[in-house]
Amino acid sequence: MTTRAQAVRRPTLAALPRFTKQINRVAQWVIVGLFVVWVVGNFLHSPAQFVSVLLLGITLGAIYALVALGYTLVYGIIELINFANGDVFMLGTMVTITVANGWLGLDGSQAWYVTVPFVLLALLAAMALCGALNVAIERIAYRPLRNAPKLAPLITAIGMSFLLQNIGAAIWGFNERPLTNTGNSIFPANTLFKIGGVPYQAKSLIVVVTTIPVLLILRYLVQSTKSGKAMRAVAQDMDASRMMGINVDRTIAYTFALGGALAGAAGTLFVMFQTSTRFDLGFQLGLFAFTAAVLGGIGNLTGAALGALLIGLIQAFNEGLSWHTPGSDWTESITFAILILVLVFRPQGLLGEATADRA
Amino acid sequence: MMERLGLGDAWSKLPRSVRHAALPMLVLVLLAFYPSYYSDLTSLIGTNSTAAQLVPTVPTMVIMTVYVIMALGLNVVVGYAGLLDLGYVAFYAVGAYIAGWFATQQFSPHNVHVVSVGVPHTVQGIHVNVWSLLLVGAVFAAVFGIVIGLPTLRLRGDYLAIVTLGFGEIVPQAVNNGDNWFGHNITNGPNGLTPIDALGFGSLHNHWSFLPTVYYSVTNAVSYYYWTGLALVVFTLFCCIRIRDSRLGRAWVAIREDEIAAAAMGVPLMRTKTLAYAIGAFFGGMAGCFYAIYKSSTFPGDFSLNISITVLCMVILGGMGNVWGVCLGGAVLSYLNYQGLEAVGNNFNNIAGTSFNVPQYTYGIFGLIIVVMMLLRPQGLIPGQRRKVELELGVEGGSLYEASSQ
Repeated sequence: MTTRAQAVRRPTLAALPRFTKQINRVAQWVIVGLFVVWVVGNFLHSPAQFVSVLLLGITLGAIYALVALGYTLVYGIIELINFANGDVFMLGTMVTITVANGWLGLDGSQAWYVTVPFVLLALLAAMALCGALNVAIERIAYRPLRNAPKLAPLITAIGMSFLLQNIGAAIWGFNERPLTNTGNSIFPANTLFKIGGVPYQAKSLIVVVTTIPVLLILRYLVQSTKSGKAMRAVAQDMDASRMMGINVDRTIAYTFALGGALAGAAGTLFVMFQTSTRFDLGFQLGLFAFTAAVLGGIGNLTGAALGALLIGLIQAFNEGLSWHTPGSDWTESITFAILILVLVFRPQGLLGEATADRA
Repeated sequence: MMERLGLGDAWSKLPRSVRHAALPMLVLVLLAFYPSYYSDLTSLIGTNSTAAQLVPTVPTMVIMTVYVIMALGLNVVVGYAGLLDLGYVAFYAVGAYIAGWFATQQFSPHNVHVVSVGVPHTVQGIHVNVWSLLLVGAVFAAVFGIVIGLPTLRLRGDYLAIVTLGFGEIVPQAVNNGDNWFGHNITNGPNGLTPIDALGFGSLHNHWSFLPTVYYSVTNAVSYYYWTGLALVVFTLFCCIRIRDSRLGRAWVAIREDEIAAAAMGVPLMRTKTLAYAIGAFFGGMAGCFYAIYKSSTFPGDFSLNISITVLCMVILGGMGNVWGVCLGGAVLSYLNYQGLEAVGNNFNNIAGTSFNVPQYTYGIFGLIIVVMMLLRPQGLIPGQRRKVELELGVEGGSLYEASSQ
């Protein structure tokens, strides 16, 4: 009796996925539509405020993009959410302070021909150290688990993240860490122009202008070099690429090095822009960046940059605009709500292709 | 002629169920009398020595019971069903705020008393019987688990983890901003809800005089909370073991091992996963409710991501899928978190003449435990039998989680 009852009920259950697909599509359009209405409404409400917040959002998005690329590179190759990436970024901010302020003695009072090479030096130091650190993390914590159950490296990554936070705190302290003892900015903080009374500072421009070549270099490395080709091959099929003579371990290490270096560069730019850092800001910023990577389509480089820009804009809009905005108390919730909505309704992200594996 | 039986023979003649229950019962009896011999333990070591700080105090034991319940609840989700939940603290928050709403003066113009014990009727606000709130909080958390689970449980393993992490971050922030939800003060924001009514037996006190009317009316109130917590742990353990051995429990394990094969065998995937979520959330809510009543307050700051990770760490340390291991992991880590690390640090500083602030690094130490356990002993301190086999032999061509993530 029971088997017959089940047999009768089965067709209705089988029809459900088709409905959910339609609901999905409608929900996606509704969400995008509401977002567009909200943005346009805010623009009409106060255009000057809108443009100044937009510029701030682009700066924020540039920093997120660098961290998000670290997530998306690693996820693309071994399908691991490397929670530790955000904390590597945090260590990048700390290293930048030590090198730029502690060792090189930059405090914003030097002439530009001293500041520029020294800041570049600090940037390179942060990139090198974070890249090396990321490779070490992969070697110690993830490589032994490559054939383990899939959630094992994920859990390890969370543990690693907490460990790195505390290492950062042990070295640089639990308190807020200012960039310079005087509280000065190293990047020039002078106003370039004003929109509706809100100044646009030179350091915002520097962040954006520095990010773009880094993104282009990364694109070149992944698309046009031999090791980039190896990365894409390993991402597609690890076993097949091993048979083709690709050194899989080295390729994965190279990917982690790239991701770490990007996080280090983001760390330098972030601390130069914000002029202070803390041992625990990496985890949350990392989650924001991961949201950006998911929004753009995880594993997709252009997607990560686009998603980061969008997340940066949404956060800046939420905190800076005034027409129907929840305000800064809700920034985190909004970002994570976006993450959840994207994963539920469009797991492949904005630019990712819909494959069974990614969904 | 009668053969003389040795003690070992007599033991082996006992029914299996008795032999299996003997050790847990012995531990339970020892634990039940803990408040009465706690002072003897400390005086044995020397009451004023720093080494005596290592002995868990009764308040620490209460917190340990709370965390053991939570760890057992998360074990249902992570250990049995193989779904990684990084936002477990959300359920804990739901339970705590149920206690906060229905047993404080938060909604004070209203004056509703439902079988409340030890609260004068002149006290305003909603005051529902606190015992029933333990159940109500748990059920609400379970419903919340279903609400979260329904849209998200079809996601693959690592996406599910990140979605639950998102919920775990949203809930505390929503509670923190809850003093102004569309102009209404619902959660009292960062100031939290306090005081929450105490547990108590009301007029039962007349019949069994050892049961206090209200817990705060007796001098050893903490012991009563400890016994209540212990009773809840026993209840949770009983439920976990019975469910594990039931049809549902075996369905969870089947899904964890190989989702496609389980579905082919007729296991309804969504329903089974959602039930794992709901039952895990049930115990999380109960623990949160009990903890809020014990502290007589609840604040949004209590629900950070760190708690979710700590509970996850307990499950991993003890052994995913094994209730005894999880109990041990929960007890050890919550002890370290609330008393042990500080005591160890003080002792170390005393001997070595240093001044490390060990409790500051609690979460770093937990992170280290997670990493080391995953690398060296992924099956945990007391592994579940089945889990041990999987991890040692491995499953050819993708193992337990990979199948469930497609």
